[in-house]
Amino acid sequence: MRRTTDVALPVKRSAPAAPARRTPATTPSRRTGPRPRGGWTPWLYLAPALAVLGALLVYPVYQLGLISFLEYTQAQVSGGEPTRFRGLDNYTDLFADDQFWQVLLATVGFAAACVLGTLAVGCALAVLLTRVRALPRLALLLAALGAWATPTITGSTVWLFLFDPDFGPVNRLLGLGDFSWTYGRYSAFLLVLLEVVWCSFPFVMITVYAGIRAIPGEVLEAAALDGASQWRIWRSVLAPMLRPILGIVTVQSVIWDFKVFTQIYVMTGGGGIAGQNLVLNVYAYQKAFASSQYSLGSAIGVVMLLLLLAVTLGYLRLLRRQGEEL
Amino acid sequence: MSRVRLPVRRPWRLAAEVTALLAAGVVAFPLYWMLLGAFRPAGEIESTEPRPWTASPTLDSFRRVFEQQEFGRYFVNSLLVAGSVVLASALIAFLAATAVTRFRFRFRTTLLIMFLVAQMVPVEALTIPLFFLMRDFGLLNALGSLILPHIAFSLPFAIWMLRGFVRAVPESLEEAAYLDGASRARFLWQILFPLVLPGLVATSVFSFISTWNDFLFAKSFIISDTSQSTLPMALLVFYKPDEPDWGGVMAASTVMTVPVLVFFVLVQRRLVSGLGGAVKD
Repeated sequence: MRRTTDVALPVKRSAPAAPARRTPATTPSRRTGPRPRGGWTPWLYLAPALAVLGALLVYPVYQLGLISFLEYTQAQVSGGEPTRFRGLDNYTDLFADDQFWQVLLATVGFAAACVLGTLAVGCALAVLLTRVRALPRLALLLAALGAWATPTITGSTVWLFLFDPDFGPVNRLLGLGDFSWTYGRYSAFLLVLLEVVWCSFPFVMITVYAGIRAIPGEVLEAAALDGASQWRIWRSVLAPMLRPILGIVTVQSVIWDFKVFTQIYVMTGGGGIAGQNLVLNVYAYQKAFASSQYSLGSAIGVVMLLLLLAVTLGYLRLLRRQGEEL
Repeated sequence: MSRVRLPVRRPWRLAAEVTALLAAGVVAFPLYWMLLGAFRPAGEIESTEPRPWTASPTLDSFRRVFEQQEFGRYFVNSLLVAGSVVLASALIAFLAATAVTRFRFRFRTTLLIMFLVAQMVPVEALTIPLFFLMRDFGLLNALGSLILPHIAFSLPFAIWMLRGFVRAVPESLEEAAYLDGASRARFLWQILFPLVLPGLVATSVFSFISTWNDFLFAKSFIISDTSQSTLPMALLVFYKPDEPDWGGVMAASTVMTVPVLVFFVLVQRRLVSGLGGAVKD
């Protein structure tokens, strides 16, 4: 908890500088009128949310950090041995383990590939949606909604079935014979990546499409009349106007793809042959629940937390630089 | 609907439409294959020369799914969990979003930033502390161990998203309501709530999806009493990595997916406009 407050402070401190950047149109007084201060009322409204978040999010985060400093294995859980404070020893053990670095690298690389794939497919199809008539648009929208609605675990098994070496249609179509996608490290990651892109591009596509629709048509017409190419329109007109939306979908994708669990767990059978397809989440789960090394699992969780926090801070700084009002 | 109409030359538009239809086909194909697999007779599923149609559809796989253990029970459990989470988080988020948009108070910005940061917490990493928390409260093997954490995890995003909708309701409306003698509670529930309902629907889609999808918590918290389990676990009864019962897996997948699909199609318009509304500001 201490950490999140630390995070908030620098942003708060800079608040006086913000109004200068704001245009008169977005000053609070014009937009919303004088707001009631409300005394205790806002806190009354916030009470349920804060209670739930405090008990089930903040406290577990604190516990996670705490366990990562303890010796906490099956013996301690069952009460057979006293819990011992180990300080940073869990982290030292973790960082000394080659597998951890390998998994960390794989997680970052895999998440980056998923994010890039999702954004590329999502944005391309969103632009495509604005160029076509109602019928193809409806077809693509419905297909995307279908992929989005598919539960993660269902998507995982269906994609495995599609790429099954014996019964799947993909190998027949590509003439791959009985090539097993899940056997090799990279082909297994690729298969999971395709599934992740499939189930997460719809959010990007629909959000960006909604964003493009909110842009006045005259702006684009003017650009086209000036002879701008499609690519140029995207780069110089659409992308800048869509920047806030692109920011949101990018950050959301980073968060989701960095935390992929079900797909890897189900599609690669718990992390692939000899753990070749482990990502941090699955690695932490295996450490904690399969081998009862709860402190090590927690230390991995803390590492993930810090990495995602860094992404969040970067995003917040970006928002601030653009003069966004919170 | 079509405010953005780009002047596109005819051959390009045709190419764009063909591409869109092809993309739709590719995106929909896994779902088609799932449905096909669910209705195929056993012999055909095991064929090494799979055909993209079936001449003799059968309900055998569905029968197997519903006869297996307590599939119906899992289904009801999943609905209970997702339903409770959607309702509770929508109500709690509505109140919180109202607080942070319609009042000025100390720590408002700090709170907003904390909600944003809370979205980034890798909830999967919290499985370990939550496991001990649930154990201490005697909630292991109970649906509550799935409901409570999911309410907490959907809240930050829901609040963040609803903010845009609450902000879009003009302040003058609130003043008018008070001038007419409405109490704060009356304004909240009889005026504001109906107005942000479309936003709540869009928000609920997200909490529903993340709860319906949950596999890790169900796997970790429901350990001995499997009657308290949810659909993702039921699917694994048929999916044995060594020799999966593909017909059963596809039928169970279909049963799991169809309610979500129906839900999505029902709220489709609201979802698209909701996403537009949430990201516009």
